[in-house]
Amino acid sequence: MLKMTNVSKIYRTDTVETHALREFSLTVDEGEFVSVTGPSGSGKTTFLNIAGLLEDLTSGTYELDGRDISSLGDRERSRVRNEKIGFIFQSFNLIPELNIFDNVDVPLRYRGFDAAERKRRIEQSIELVGLGSRMQHYPAQLSGGQQQRVAIARALAGEPRFLLADEPTGNLDSHMADSVLDLLGEINESGTTIIMVTHELTLANRAKRNIFVRDGQVSDGAAELHFAEMAAG
Amino acid sequence: MLRYYFKLGLLSIRANPMLSALMVAAIAVGIGACMTIVTVRHVMSGNPIEHKNDVLYHVQVDNWNPDEPYEDPNLPPVQMTYLDAQALHDAGRAYRQVTSFKAMRVIQPVGEDARPFQEDGRATTADFFPMFDVPFRYGSGWDRSADETEERVAVISSELNAKLFGGEDSVGRSITLNDENYRITGVLDTWNPVPKFYDLNNNPYEAPAQVFFPFSVAIAGGFDNSGNTSCWKPIEEGGGRAAFLNSECIWIQMWVELQSAGDKQEYLSFLDAYVEEQKQLGRFPRPLNNRLLTPAEWMEDREVVADDVSVLLGLAVLFLVVCLLNTIGLLLAKAMRRAKDTSLRRALGASKAELFKQHIIEAGLIGVAGGLLGIGMTWLGLRGLENVFIEYDFIDNLVRMDWSMVMLAVALAIVSALGAALYPTWRTCNITPASHLRLQ
Repeated sequence: MLKMTNVSKIYRTDTVETHALREFSLTVDEGEFVSVTGPSGSGKTTFLNIAGLLEDLTSGTYELDGRDISSLGDRERSRVRNEKIGFIFQSFNLIPELNIFDNVDVPLRYRGFDAAERKRRIEQSIELVGLGSRMQHYPAQLSGGQQQRVAIARALAGEPRFLLADEPTGNLDSHMADSVLDLLGEINESGTTIIMVTHELTLANRAKRNIFVRDGQVSDGAAELHFAEMAAG
Repeated sequence: MLRYYFKLGLLSIRANPMLSALMVAAIAVGIGACMTIVTVRHVMSGNPIEHKNDVLYHVQVDNWNPDEPYEDPNLPPVQMTYLDAQALHDAGRAYRQVTSFKAMRVIQPVGEDARPFQEDGRATTADFFPMFDVPFRYGSGWDRSADETEERVAVISSELNAKLFGGEDSVGRSITLNDENYRITGVLDTWNPVPKFYDLNNNPYEAPAQVFFPFSVAIAGGFDNSGNTSCWKPIEEGGGRAAFLNSECIWIQMWVELQSAGDKQEYLSFLDAYVEEQKQLGRFPRPLNNRLLTPAEWMEDREVVADDVSVLLGLAVLFLVVCLLNTIGLLLAKAMRRAKDTSLRRALGASKAELFKQHIIEAGLIGVAGGLLGIGMTWLGLRGLENVFIEYDFIDNLVRMDWSMVMLAVALAIVSALGAALYPTWRTCNITPASHLRLQ
């Protein structure tokens, strides 16, 4: 259901061309929990940004649910992003002047739901991440783990098919990281496809499939070797 | 969504108080400077009798020097001789006709201790009041028979009525003007047309006369003209008042009211015939050059709005532009600060169009705040002008801010803010979300 074929991404300046992705091909089926690992600058985040329609690809094709979305206009891309994709960022990216309820409300506003439907979804998703008693709190009043849970609630409120997570536990201590990963596992069990970029072995091992990216390409069979090397120290 | 965007706009203003305050201040200062001059110009260029602009005409006949026009390029005199004013008035060819001139009068209040004082007076004919739709608080103007019989009647302003009679209905009571008693027929309601269109020759911005009395009485009584008098031909020496009245000196303003705009040509033909007749008598040495101008045309002809004001207006608009350029800079700074928020909203499904609406509404809110503060700045600007030009007793009439100016100030502020916001908003909507969300 997510299929990239020969995708390239080139960043150009007046003097330099940087190939972030080269002939990148990947298929992720519905319900998978995929981790994407690789060294810094390998193209992991670029892949995630293209998958999340936050960046255009330079060449190749990108199909989501069987539909080529590489040529969609802004309005349609935004609609696809809003309805099918949820994001979880390393630094949570909550809006500080909005309370938890209103932060989770943001994607639903762009979806056009009426107030009652929005309220139902917001309360349901905040309850799901265990913060039902904190709806009127502001981000600054929550711990890092709680903030990431709010970000997950925000991503889930629109009931997306894909959850794209970029180093979701990078800013959390191990205890909080475990709790967030447990939550992601539960979400995946309920049918949501998760693609998680990480450089941490323990996180990658929580996924059902590991993808290793090197020099902007998927490197077959290299993930296990990489992790083994990391484990060996 | 609009309500949501209003809420976001208010939250954003609260979250960035200093930047928002600077933007509001920049717009307010620009609006204040611009609207101060716009207001003065608006008052100066207003047409207080616009609703009758198509039937009222200022009458001009060219009795001037054969060797040079009254004014280049070949303009007829701006006032009229007594001979012509009286003849045209008596001909009665218009629906209404008014001849008038400014004449200061000394008023003697009742009471032993009361001291006399001088006030602006206007000698005019009965049609003055209905022709110019002059409002009355008590009574009315005099009728035409009073003009014919040189009856001592007067209409006084509400201010003078308050001064002499404590604001009571004084119709039927007497007022003493230069030791002569006049019966009051009417007390004006508030009436302060600016510009004073019916007599632009004697300071168009001064307040109207405080007392009005029949033209015929003023002529018979030899009242001096307190306004401008111009002569191209010497007055017969030793001829006294009669020589002045029979001279080619111009000092009287004449207006006519026609029943429709179509009657204008007919009245012009009458004027031409009158002048041709006078030429037979040795007057009017210049070629036919009669004019009928509407109040609006007359004010434009007399350049009621001075060129200086237009230059000032240009400078004020430039100042507003400078303020808006500053606002654009501030909006760009704010957009930079909020790039992450904008990127996040893009990631969560906001299209560029939705973000544009959100940011433009926020700019509109800044504009409203700038406009409201700008009204205050305008008020301060007008008070400043009032203080600088305090020695001119008519300055009060030029620094009045009416509701249309208040609304214009707010509208101009909103349009300015939206205009200033276009480029920063466009930049905001076109940022690449990934580049800002990646930065941890």
